[in-house]
Amino acid sequence: MPRLTIDDLKKLREQAAGTITLRSGAARARVTIHMGTCGIAAGAREVMAALLKEIEAQGVTDVIVTTSGCAGLCSREPMATVELRSQAPVKYVNLTPDGMVRVFRAHVLGGEVVTESALAAGCETTG
Amino acid sequence: MAFRSHVLVCAGTGCVSCGSFDLGAALEREIASRGLADEIQVVRTGCQGFCAEGPVLVVQPDEVFYCGLKTSDVATLVEEHLLKGRPVRKLMYTPPSAPAPVPKLSQIPFFAKQKLVVLRNRGLVDPERIDDYIARDGYEALAKAVTELTPEEIIREIKLSGLRGRGGGGFPTGVKWATCRQAALHRGVEPVIVCNADEGDPGAFMDRSIIESDPHAVIEGMAIGARAIGARQGFVYIRHEYPIARERLAKALDQARDYGLLGRGILGTKFDFDISVVQGAGAFVCGESTALMASLEGKAGEPRAKYIHTVEYGYKNLPTNLNNVETWANVPLIISRGAAWFASMGSGDVSENPWNGSSGTKVFSLVGKVNNTGLIEVPMGITLREIIFGIGGGIPRGRAFKAVQTGGPSGGCLPATHLDMPVDFDSLTAAGSMMGSGGMIVMDDQTCMVDVARYFIAFLTEESCGKCIPCREGLRCSLDVLTRITEGKGEEGDIALLEEMGAVMQDACLCALGSSAPNPVMSTLRYFRDEYEAHVRERRCPAGVCKALITYTIDQALCDGCHACVTACSTGAITGQVKYPHQLNQSLCIKCGACLDACKRNAVLRA
Ligand SMILES: Cc1cc2nc3c(=O)[nH]c(=O)nc-3n(C[C@H](O)[C@H](O)[C@H](O)COP(=O)(O)O)c2cc1C
Ligand code: FES
Repeated sequence: MPRLTIDDLKKLREQAAGTITLRSGAARARVTIHMGTCGIAAGAREVMAALLKEIEAQGVTDVIVTTSGCAGLCSREPMATVELRSQAPVKYVNLTPDGMVRVFRAHVLGGEVVTESALAAGCETTG
Repeated sequence: MAFRSHVLVCAGTGCVSCGSFDLGAALEREIASRGLADEIQVVRTGCQGFCAEGPVLVVQPDEVFYCGLKTSDVATLVEEHLLKGRPVRKLMYTPPSAPAPVPKLSQIPFFAKQKLVVLRNRGLVDPERIDDYIARDGYEALAKAVTELTPEEIIREIKLSGLRGRGGGGFPTGVKWATCRQAALHRGVEPVIVCNADEGDPGAFMDRSIIESDPHAVIEGMAIGARAIGARQGFVYIRHEYPIARERLAKALDQARDYGLLGRGILGTKFDFDISVVQGAGAFVCGESTALMASLEGKAGEPRAKYIHTVEYGYKNLPTNLNNVETWANVPLIISRGAAWFASMGSGDVSENPWNGSSGTKVFSLVGKVNNTGLIEVPMGITLREIIFGIGGGIPRGRAFKAVQTGGPSGGCLPATHLDMPVDFDSLTAAGSMMGSGGMIVMDDQTCMVDVARYFIAFLTEESCGKCIPCREGLRCSLDVLTRITEGKGEEGDIALLEEMGAVMQDACLCALGSSAPNPVMSTLRYFRDEYEAHVRERRCPAGVCKALITYTIDQALCDGCHACVTACSTGAITGQVKYPHQLNQSLCIKCGACLDACKRNAVLRA
């Protein structure tokens, strides 16, 4: 690595910022892939892989991808929940890797819910 | 491919000693064998602060905190949480007296009540990767200091922030820098800056943890200081017992040099500065400024009288600016966020004069008889109660709080009546203790204050360099008297003798090791005088600690002959037939108290 100038330092910071966003929890959006046994059997891991690849390809650094357990609707797996900051979460069902990428581009980046694969807006409350 | 999750495994000294390297390796193996290696990254961080529960780790972005982990837990953790997204409750932390485990880091009282400035990157960055530090705005303050600010402006900012030295004395940092810069300009020589990482207080590990978890913060602080003072050469004086800290510091220095953040022409400007690491041999006195500089020069680590200040004539007679690790680590944020932001934390009003208050935060190592031991950072001015009962979770096994010792070996012990006192430089000094470098030892009602004073005086006697008589002989003689008292051989007049010697040492010692050494005796005499008197006049140790003054007996009416004490006793002092009251042979008893702990019927008595 060559010696840095002030501009290089700034560039380096921007490049590296994404990894740290993940650790400090300050992100624009969160995509949760449901990884129960049912989800994994239906292809949730491939959906996740496609999503991570797309995020990498687009150079997006402020979107968090997490997993969670079965969403309770095993017949419609693979499923994912998309939460944009300060908006109600949206659940997507019957996702394919391509479908996931479409949802990412339209909803996460574009802010448009992909209605044909959305289950419903909102989320069960607990407690 | 980008990682979707990071597992931040603590690799601080505490967790390393309970197996965190093995844990990290096991995690990486398990993650790989599950095919998750492209999605989940294992990161090793510095001390995350909750050493008592080690080894600890945090899974991000879920923010779930796990503790007390064993390698046999790894398979479950990876399968359940990392693959299926179901956090594993049985591996989470349950605060004392809480009904259920608390999953999230930010909800655990130990963490939630802290304010991280110096430790802002703890558990977030890999200390061995400079890019992690840069991602958290690292070296931004240095960039500002070398391009936008003049040395005078930097010093002004540090003065206005009210930053005072975190190494013990609490001297205003900006004032020290200004004096050193002036001395160098006046004499036309190049000044030197030094980072004091000697950390000799027993039980203290603030500075070690700062270097282990965020070495670049110290390096950046020093580079800014060098620019302000006009130095091109810096040293870190670090004790050789800190291998992990030294290694991380050396790596960080190499990385900073590679990036041109140290060396010649820093960030493409004309500013040159580099840092060398010097190992100390671990003598307590070498933390004292003049002894440290003698040691840096390769001479014996002995202090000299300070009628000439080291900011004027220090290392090799050059103007030398010495600051503590934590002091340096505060500097980058003051420069990037401004003096007003820093001064808004803490107590007092430092806008006119840094001596008028204590701004910012302080890192403490919280140890002793407290539920949550570990490394904490709190705003100045917080009360002792908030630290010990809020963050620390109170005293274990429902025992009563008796005293808290602050300020290291030559600090003082404060009683329960002082629990609502604010923790800042001036309040602690007024109460007869001191801030010191941030050790905090909590004591419960089973602690004998005379014995505590004896312990610290014994430590200081060992560590006294012997150069001046009041310190060498005063300590030795104080130790004799204290030992005598704890052995039940105290004489009328001993207490007055201790006080007289203390007063002489405070006045006549060559350096602050000696002049502050009477503190443990003076402060315990101030708050717990009755305990000394009980030892001397009644031959009694009220806390039941001093062995010469206690006897154990078995209450024949209460003993049901369960035999538990017989099993517990290692010297065979207790005999008796099962189901019949037992007997204790005093000549064999070593007063270890094992029988007392073993007895379920309170039939063992201590007097
Ligand atoms: C006996 C003795 C031991 C000391 N040990 C340390 C130490 O381990 N670390 C430290 O930073 N300061 C220690 N000090 C305080 C230093 O002399 C000095 O005041 C301090 O490093 C200055 O930095 P600061 O203004 O940033 O606190 C010690 C002082 C004495 C008298
Ligand atoms: S060493 Fe791991 S929490 Fe302190």
